[in-house]
Amino acid sequence: MKIKDYLRTDFFPNVWCAGCGNGIVLRSTLEAIKSLEIPKDEIAMVSGIGCSSRATGYVDFHTIHSLHGRAIPVAIGVRAAKPNMKVLVITGDGDCSSIGGNHLIHAARRNIDLTVIVFNNEIYGMTGGQVSPTTPYAARTTTTPLGNPEKSFDICSLVMGAGATFVARGTVFHVHQLIKFIKEAINHKGFSLIDVVTPCPVYYGRMNRYEDGITMIKEIKEKAVTVEKARSLSENELEGKTVIGLLKKEEKDEFLQSYLSFYNTKKEASDGTAV
Amino acid sequence: MRRLVQGNEACAQAAIKAGLSFFAGYPITPSSEIAEVISRYLPYKRGIFMQMEDEIASINAIIGAALAGARVMTATSGPGFSLMQEGIGYAVMVEAPIVLVNIQRGGPSTGLPTEVSQGDLMQSRWGSHGDFLCIVLSPSSVQEMYELTYEAFNLAKRFRAPVIVLSDEVVGHLREGVDFDNISLSPIVERLKPEVPPGSYYPFEPSFNGVPPLPEYGTGYRFHVTGLFHNYKGFPTSDKKEISNLMDRLQNKIKHHIKEFFKLEEYQTEDADILFVSYGITARSALEAVNILRRQGIKAGNLKLITLNPIDEEVISSILENREMIFVAELNMGQLVLDIKRLGCKNSIYAINRYDGDILTPQQLVDEVRKRIQVGAGN
Ligand SMILES: Cc1ncc(C[n+]2csc(CCOP(=O)(O)OP(=O)(O)O)c2C)c(N)n1
Repeated sequence: MKIKDYLRTDFFPNVWCAGCGNGIVLRSTLEAIKSLEIPKDEIAMVSGIGCSSRATGYVDFHTIHSLHGRAIPVAIGVRAAKPNMKVLVITGDGDCSSIGGNHLIHAARRNIDLTVIVFNNEIYGMTGGQVSPTTPYAARTTTTPLGNPEKSFDICSLVMGAGATFVARGTVFHVHQLIKFIKEAINHKGFSLIDVVTPCPVYYGRMNRYEDGITMIKEIKEKAVTVEKARSLSENELEGKTVIGLLKKEEKDEFLQSYLSFYNTKKEASDGTAV
Repeated sequence: MRRLVQGNEACAQAAIKAGLSFFAGYPITPSSEIAEVISRYLPYKRGIFMQMEDEIASINAIIGAALAGARVMTATSGPGFSLMQEGIGYAVMVEAPIVLVNIQRGGPSTGLPTEVSQGDLMQSRWGSHGDFLCIVLSPSSVQEMYELTYEAFNLAKRFRAPVIVLSDEVVGHLREGVDFDNISLSPIVERLKPEVPPGSYYPFEPSFNGVPPLPEYGTGYRFHVTGLFHNYKGFPTSDKKEISNLMDRLQNKIKHHIKEFFKLEEYQTEDADILFVSYGITARSALEAVNILRRQGIKAGNLKLITLNPIDEEVISSILENREMIFVAELNMGQLVLDIKRLGCKNSIYAINRYDGDILTPQQLVDEVRKRIQVGAGN
C-alpha cells in the first residue's frame, strides 16, 4: 500500500492553509497505520470540529466528522459497537481540552482503548485565531489582543492524572519520532494520547510576528527538550520549553475488555437479568 | 401472563425486545429506572450499557454506535434533553437511527424533578437549531410505552433518523397490568443494506425513497459523515442546489410516508359536539371526562394524538370539523393548542392547561367544559 491508497483524493483540495502543520500530522498517522499493515476496513477515525478535525474527510477509513468537542464519546460508541476495530480520534487543542474536556477526562479515567491525536496549534484555527487553553502566556490572539494573561494548559498532564495509560508529546519537526509514537499508541491496549505541537502560521503566526510556517517549525524544534533531558533541568530552565517524548506507558485493564469479561462470569436469571 | 409493570420498566423491556445492543445514559429523575432496568439485562444479552459522564456524551455515544451498526437508545428528562439538542440535530444530519426517550418533568430549568409535565412538546419539534424533523411518539399507558418504544426502533431504522419517545413522569412511574404475551408487535425492521459493491455505494444517495442504505462498519463499505451540509458522497458542500436538496430530502423522506406511521385514537367522536384533544397521561383523564359528560347528557368525545410529530394535518382537520367546542388539554402553558387553532375553527377552541406538577383530573376537565357551556348559554 502507498500513502495515496489511504486518501480520498476526490475529496481534495483540503481546507488547510499553506504552512499549516496539519498535513504533517495526518501523513505521520497514515505512515504509522501503513507500517502496522492494519486493513482500512478495521479502522474507524472520528474527529470533532476545527481545522484539524477536517482530516477525517480525507482518509479512506470509517470516518466521522462529529460535533465540536464530541469526538471522544462518538468514538466510544463506535468501539462499543465494534469492539475489535481500531478507533482513532483526531482533535484540536480547543476541541479536546476546552469544550470536550470532560469527555477527555472520563475516557482516560476508564482507560478506553482509543488513540487520541491532538493537533495542538495553541489557538482556535477554524474560528479565526481566538485564544485556546493551550495558548502560551502573553501570546496574542484575536481575543487576547494585548497578549494572553493566562498560563497555557498541559493536556498530557491532565490525561496522565485522569488515568490514561499511554501519553506522549511530539512535534511536526520530529516526524520519525511522531510516527513511532503513533504506532505504539495504536498498538497500546487502553487510552492513548499524543499531543502534537504544530504551527498555525495564518493566525498564531501572523499575530505573533512569525514570518511563515517554516520559521514556526524551526522554533518548535529549538524549544523542544526531550523528557530525558528535562529531568535534569530546573523549573526555570524549562520555562518556555516543550518537553517531548514518551511521558507515560503502563499496562492496565482496558475498559471494554474488563467489561465483557466481568459480565461473562455472571449468570442469567430466569427473568433474563444478569445475576 | 399479566404482570404489574412500571412505565419506565416497560420502556426498557421494549428496547431489549427490539434488539437494543448499546445504551448510553446519565441518571436523571424521572427517567432513571429505564437505565437501571437496562443495566440489569443488557450486559448478559451481550449488549453494552454505559453510564456516561453527561447527556451530551450519551447522545453522541449512541450516534457513534448507531453509525457503526448497533441498535441504540438513550433515556433522559428535561435538563438532560436540553443538553442533547445539538446531538439531535447532528443525528438528523448524518441520518443516524437512534431512539431517544424523554420522560418529561416540570420545567424550565431544574424545575420539578419528580413531578409531571408536558412542557417539552415544542422542544422535541424545534429544540435543536435549524429546520429539522424528528418523529415524536407519545404513550398514554404502560402498554403503549412498551408498544411505542418498540415501534420507535423500527421507525428509526426505516427512516434512518432519530425518533423521540416523549413520555411523562406519570406514565413513566405508573404501574399497570400488562399482558405481554398478547401484545402484537410488528416484525423487527432491519436497516437497509446496500445492494451495490463498496465502490459504488454512497452514504447519502437520494434514491431509495430518500432513505439511503446504511451498512455496518467492517463490511467493506467505508464512508464519511459530517454535520456540515454534504453531497451524496458525504463530503461538505456549499453548492446551493445540493444544500436545498438535502434539506428537502431530510424532511420529505419522513413526511411523504406519514400515512404509514401516523397514529391517533378517537373515542366517542362520531356524534361529539364537545371534543377534547389530548395526548400522554392527559388523554387518560380526557377519556374519563368524556364518560362523565356523556352520563350528564353532553355529547363529548376525545381525540388522542399518539404521533405528535409530524402530524397528519388533513386527518386532524377533518376530525376537528363541525364541533361546537374543542378543548385542548395539556400539562403546559399551551403548546399543541397552537396547532389545533391553526387546523380548526379558532373561535371554538379552548386551552385547558395545568403546569404546577399535577395532572389534569377528569373532574377538572368536566368543570372546564361545563363552565364554557354556561358562558355560551349566558350570551
Ligand atoms: C458548540 C460549538 N461551539 C463553537 C463552535 C465554533 N468552533 C468551531 S471550531 C472551534 C475551535 C477550533 O479550535 P481547535 O479545536 O483548537 O481546532 P483548530 O481549528 O485549531 O484545528 C470553534 C470554537 C462550534 N462549531 N460548535
